[in-house]
Amino acid sequence: MILCQNRGQYPGRLIAVEGLDGSGKSTQIYLLKRWLEMKGLKVFFTEWNSSLLVKKATSKGKKRQLLTPTTFSLIHCTDFADRYERQILPLIKAGYLVLCDRYIYTAFARDAVRGCSRTWLEYLYGFACHPDITLFFNTPLQVALERILGGRPQLKYHEAGMDLGLSADPYESFRIFQGKIYDEYLALQKRYGFIEIDGTASIEAQQQRVRELIAAEIDLPRYRSRTIGIG
Amino acid sequence: MQFYGEGIPGVNPGELTGRLIVMEGADGSGRSVQMEILRDYLENKGHATVNVGLRRSTLVSEELREAKEGNVLGEITRSLFYATDFADQLENQIIPALKAGFIVLADRYIYTLMARDIVRGADRGWERSLYGMALVPDLVIYLKVSPAQLVERNLRKNAMLDYWESGMDLGLSRDSFDSFIRYQRLIQKEFALMQAEYGFSTVNGNLSIGVVAREISNRVTDILGV
Repeated sequence: MILCQNRGQYPGRLIAVEGLDGSGKSTQIYLLKRWLEMKGLKVFFTEWNSSLLVKKATSKGKKRQLLTPTTFSLIHCTDFADRYERQILPLIKAGYLVLCDRYIYTAFARDAVRGCSRTWLEYLYGFACHPDITLFFNTPLQVALERILGGRPQLKYHEAGMDLGLSADPYESFRIFQGKIYDEYLALQKRYGFIEIDGTASIEAQQQRVRELIAAEIDLPRYRSRTIGIG
Repeated sequence: MQFYGEGIPGVNPGELTGRLIVMEGADGSGRSVQMEILRDYLENKGHATVNVGLRRSTLVSEELREAKEGNVLGEITRSLFYATDFADQLENQIIPALKAGFIVLADRYIYTLMARDIVRGADRGWERSLYGMALVPDLVIYLKVSPAQLVERNLRKNAMLDYWESGMDLGLSRDSFDSFIRYQRLIQKEFALMQAEYGFSTVNGNLSIGVVAREISNRVTDILGV
């Protein structure tokens, strides 16, 4: 394995969205994907924590509460590595627009809140290229919390950050946990130059901004699919 | 005790009163036999011991076993799976036992994992940072056996060479005998490089079981004062 260097040499482009649960990022990246697909471009979409290979171990660990901050971090990194090695990197090499719903910054934020060293985390994910564009859906904490907690959902143990022992009440724990993640995101935004999208604007207004940004940054016609007759 | 690097969040290595002894060496180096002899030796002296090894975690050992059968994991993914397995055992077995004052006997440790990754192209700095979570052992015994002797012992035991211990995935040679010899040389070279940094106590594993065992118990006694 070689630590990721400048990958300007690869024709593909990598776009990531980051933000709190309830920031609206998944809706926006879905709409972006639809737009790019309907333009006939080569697009690949991938989500955080979705490698089939690693999923079983992750869910076993979560269900049985076997995970510590270190193993939580490592197993999510394993999941990411599997998707990165088998899909993200090959597709960037093949000239795709790769869209990621959450990327390494999600791990940086969550795992740092769980107590992992930030230096260790950055080294751990050192094999991964930074995206060409990272959109940060900045939604005030209260708004994001209201969107998630409004329906009184059943919060999962790790999702609520219960493993941190912040509060015995899952809802209170979730609030504190998300607040800490939000602070990490703000620090990461400065450090890595995320482009901020106002997550309180209407869905349509946000999507228009996203599309304008992408069209300005990326020479989209270059990514047109040239395969004839398939798909 | 101390950690190599960043350590494990929430663990104060100063609270660990036990001892950690690691045995490293290829398959066929006599590791398992020597582990058993050392365990008897320590228990006979009244020390409580705990055995740990690679690929024994509750979290991912099953997945690793499956993945070994079909070659489906990428290099980084495989490295991280092993690191997860190691971390799980470190936190759930090694550290609790050390807190309770046990002598932990580790059948292989991070050095094997690092050497395997590095000969497959992993970045040394990345490995060092990743395994900065590990505790510095009190003693690392490295059983060094010549590749020719390793082949002989492995063949005597199984009549065939293990795919991974031969490094067949590296494509060094299609012939498992050639591949085994070349792969074990690469691993030994890596151990030689690590020797300086990590201070292994190398034992000549080509000698007889009894001679090696005496050598090991002498070193354990010297270093631990047990």
